[in-house]
Amino acid sequence: MLEKLLPNVFWPEIWQASLDTLAMLGGSLLFTVLFGLPLGVLLFLTGPRQLFDHKPLYRLLSLVVNVLRSVPFVILLILMIPLTELIVGTSLGAIGAIPPLVVGATPLFARLAETALREVDRGIIEATQAMGATTRQIVLNALLPEARPGLLAALTVTAITLVSYTAMSGLIGGGGLGDLAVRYGYQRYQPDVMAVTVILLLVLVQLLQSVGDRLVVRFSRK
Amino acid sequence: MIQFDNVHKAYRVNGRDIPALQATSLQIGAGEIFGLIGHSGAGKSTLLRLINRLEEPSGGRILIDGEDSTALDASALRGLRQRIGMIFQHFNLLASKTVADNVALPLKLAGELPRTAIDARVAQLLERVGLSEHAHKYPAQLSGGQKQRVGIARALATEPKILLCDEATSALDPQTTAQVLQLLAEINRELQLTIVLITHEMDVIRRVCDRVAVMDGGAIVEQGAVADVFLHPQHPTTRRFVLEAEHVDEGEQRDDFAHVPGRILRLTFRGEATYAPLLGQVARDTGVDYSILAGRIDRIRETPYGQLTLALTGGDLDAALARLDAADVHVEVLR
Repeated sequence: MLEKLLPNVFWPEIWQASLDTLAMLGGSLLFTVLFGLPLGVLLFLTGPRQLFDHKPLYRLLSLVVNVLRSVPFVILLILMIPLTELIVGTSLGAIGAIPPLVVGATPLFARLAETALREVDRGIIEATQAMGATTRQIVLNALLPEARPGLLAALTVTAITLVSYTAMSGLIGGGGLGDLAVRYGYQRYQPDVMAVTVILLLVLVQLLQSVGDRLVVRFSRK
Repeated sequence: MIQFDNVHKAYRVNGRDIPALQATSLQIGAGEIFGLIGHSGAGKSTLLRLINRLEEPSGGRILIDGEDSTALDASALRGLRQRIGMIFQHFNLLASKTVADNVALPLKLAGELPRTAIDARVAQLLERVGLSEHAHKYPAQLSGGQKQRVGIARALATEPKILLCDEATSALDPQTTAQVLQLLAEINRELQLTIVLITHEMDVIRRVCDRVAVMDGGAIVEQGAVADVFLHPQHPTTRRFVLEAEHVDEGEQRDDFAHVPGRILRLTFRGEATYAPLLGQVARDTGVDYSILAGRIDRIRETPYGQLTLALTGGDLDAALARLDAADVHVEVLR
């Protein structure tokens, strides 16, 4: 029955592509947070009337973030090829997709993190300062814990954006479900493969959103 | 304990200096509860934050326990701040941490005590403010008064000598305000803690403060013992605050008793004299008749006071005035 409806779908390949997508998502999300969170904290701290108010640095960081965010991801994918080969040795497959994914998502996550940190009541910072905390202690013990629901929401948005980016990376041989959709669904005109990949991506996005929402609720104490 | 020598502060906004505090000198003694009262923008919040240097002074010297706080480097300043507790109008508790973790935070940041010692200290502090059974709740689950008591416990965690209160009762209802003020008065006594509080309510000053400074336009316009300032306000701003405390609307003119015959006096009794059967005796002995036109009997901290406006007719008025004067009653002849 299923074979009649989906004649071109080869399930082991779908399975492998799904695993690749998850690997790309997991790997790129990890590095995006690793780079994006400190960048977001720095953007926040150097921002106007914040703890390390520093106009030139804030403007520079802002500019870099804005430039990276205004480059369409498809262009970024192509522009990044030489750099990606330098970093991970290949620009192909799941591994080759991770550097452009990280570069594409880090500025987004940094901005969202900055906004989440700004949502923290200034009084909390003042109270922690009044306890004699260092800036580092304020960030680690007050800002990040207080911004946790906002940061989790930012992480959810970023993860979902990364899912669509992983699909796009299929265009330049990035592997995963997007790659499958491009090669079978588009180039060979096999709509059944296209449908299955799209449904799987949809399920993934739904899953990420509901897990994210649940975590936000779990850590909101307001 | 706290000494301001010619301290002033201006904010730089768009290249122009906006003065927040004019050159101010002030002394706050160890163990006293010192109140700063003023409307918003009067400079009281700036003055309070200069004490733990959340605000940097533009000039002048601030001595805390004999130590010039304006000369401290970053690490010495953090040490100073650990010796100064602070509570806030909106409590500023961390929503992401339990009550116990909020109270433990200053100790954790100071990094001097092991975890077990911190837990013991936190338990003891929560016991003191009556919140032991709420230790594992989050701030959002508490009432305003409970939140402020967590704030007080947190501020006391590092055993400070000074407690700064930034409009600590302004977000609370009258009953809760009374409880929080009561708690502040108790810890002031128990720990010989110096408390500096800012408020815009004269009632708060009357209930807990020993001394008060009235601020207006970035300067202290009047200061002294609360009873003196409250019962005999000199500056117009102070008078307005006293009227507010008596629930007289500012716009509403006080009755000038034009239609009442006789001499009109305002008598101020303090301490035990408040409850002495003085008026009756004076009236009997000097033959004057009195009618009470307005009055208030209350307490300033623990000291009872009464302030009565009287009309006196007939009899020997001079003798009556002399008797009142001899009885340590402050007499003002209004007409």
